[in-house]
Amino acid sequence: MSSTQQVLAVAPSASGKGPRRPPGHRHLRSSDYRWAIAFVVPYAAVFFIFVVYPLGYALWMASKPSLYADLIADPLYLPTIVNTLLFVGLGVNVKMFLALLLSGFFMRRRWWIRALLVIYILPWLIAAAQACVSFHWMLIGEQGLVDGLLSALFDINGPIWFNDRWLGLGSNIVAYTWKWMPFWTLILLAGRMTISRDIYDAAEVDGAIGVRRFVHVTFPLLANLYFVCTLLSTLWTLGDFTTVYLVSGGGPGFSTEVLATLGFHYAFDLAKPALGVAAVMSTLPVLIPIVIVLMRKLQTSEVQL
Amino acid sequence: MSVALDLAQPMRLARRRYRLRRVLTEAGSVMLGGVLLIWSLMPVYNMLLVALDPEEGEIEFDGNLWPPEPSFEGFRAVMTREARYLEDFWHQFGNSLYIGLLTMLLTVLIGSLASFAVSRMRLGKSSLLTNAALLTYAIPASFLIVPHYHIMHLYGLSDNLWAVIAAQVTFASPFAILILQLYARLIPSELDDAARVDGASAVQLYLRIYLPLMTPALAVVAVYALVLAWNDYLYPSVLLPARNTTLSVTQGQLFADVDAPWNAMMAAAILYVLPPIAVLFALRRCVAASLTMAGVDGGRSGPT
Repeated sequence: MSSTQQVLAVAPSASGKGPRRPPGHRHLRSSDYRWAIAFVVPYAAVFFIFVVYPLGYALWMASKPSLYADLIADPLYLPTIVNTLLFVGLGVNVKMFLALLLSGFFMRRRWWIRALLVIYILPWLIAAAQACVSFHWMLIGEQGLVDGLLSALFDINGPIWFNDRWLGLGSNIVAYTWKWMPFWTLILLAGRMTISRDIYDAAEVDGAIGVRRFVHVTFPLLANLYFVCTLLSTLWTLGDFTTVYLVSGGGPGFSTEVLATLGFHYAFDLAKPALGVAAVMSTLPVLIPIVIVLMRKLQTSEVQL
Repeated sequence: MSVALDLAQPMRLARRRYRLRRVLTEAGSVMLGGVLLIWSLMPVYNMLLVALDPEEGEIEFDGNLWPPEPSFEGFRAVMTREARYLEDFWHQFGNSLYIGLLTMLLTVLIGSLASFAVSRMRLGKSSLLTNAALLTYAIPASFLIVPHYHIMHLYGLSDNLWAVIAAQVTFASPFAILILQLYARLIPSELDDAARVDGASAVQLYLRIYLPLMTPALAVVAVYALVLAWNDYLYPSVLLPARNTTLSVTQGQLFADVDAPWNAMMAAAILYVLPPIAVLFALRRCVAASLTMAGVDGGRSGPT
């Protein structure tokens, strides 16, 4: 469910704090207490039945050490790790950095820039599966739109994108960036909008305009938000299944698989579910530290501008 | 006098430099705008181009920026269920809608009850629940697909639309709880206290005060859950049988099939992506408000 990243991802920034409770106000009447428990039970049930139990089940499935020996022995595994690192490393950082710059562009108050913003967020609104299928057909070779345009406009014979590992991987990264950059641009745009005009005015008096203003004023103020967004985006990109599965399809010959799709391939094509879970579990050394840092950040609500 | 003269020259230079700078910035942003326009619209345009093609088979770009004879044949074939592979179009569309709407209802219900208990009833140990939500929010859903496939068998939900609904509610409700808690802080707790004095029970507080005042946030949560379930590909593709699946899955699975009637497939894709866009545009004010809240961090934003 790569599309877990949706509308307002950074929202949890304030969770965990709850309302500030006045002391001495903590005692609930017993009937209220029962109601409160009853209200929490549905979510608790969902959490235990559909998160805790499957998670435990997955850990149990992937606990046999021999599975990891099998993984290492599989010639697909190491290239997949490299692909995953590239997909996540580039897919997250290029996307986030461009989103940061573009959010500045969309701060400009022109009617046509506002109109452009509506078109610009369109990729985010389009379902990932359909968008990825369109990307696939756009790059399908000489019949595809991209190669067709290349030969019509510049008389270049475009490559067959999905016959080459690096072109295929690049296509996946570009498609992923296309799909999710608008969302992060919106979040960072919202962050920028909270920076008060006065700060900029003061900075301008001190001579900070243009690039200097960005480096010394805007970025320090956005750094925390940017960091949290990058961590969240890293988690979601690690778990992204749809893009790779539908744009390059993992091909040619499984050479562009990432761990999420390789796990799927093991579990559902080769009927080796334990191996599939183990492949996914090999992201844990990266996943766990990020989750810990992120949860701390979000709980203590350090995400302040 | 002479001082003024000395200053006039550099000032004129500075003004000219300023003007040049403005022209350059303007030209740069127009160019960037053009690039962004092409970048954003290219795959969308590709969808339209294929969908409007009168021939069903080819996906061929022949140098025409617009199909010479655009036709709605693809759309017609989809709607009348004549298109190959898409005989079940309306059934699958209905399945998507059913899953989406039930996910939406359950997420709003479960999320609002839990966040009401945590943020308005001062339940002890409530941070546990928030942490549970945060943890679920951080785990990529695709990593749980294999165990979910197994446990749905165990729960007797295999090949059942409810398996997908359960999974979608699981992954939508953490966000619901987090954003509702954020928003609930904007409602003064004195309201609750006043109602208490008048003898209102917890259920009445929830129904008469909490729900009405939270409407904008509930709308956002509802849209979020609906769009999440509507757009998802992985879970329905694994948890549902081919004969009773959602439209998203059919379109994804046929992507490598050269024999598929591609104008109809793309027409179906366009019909499929339109409802979420329409809903989001209809509710753009609510969504924009929550995005701002998200960016700002509610702790500081306070009641405004």
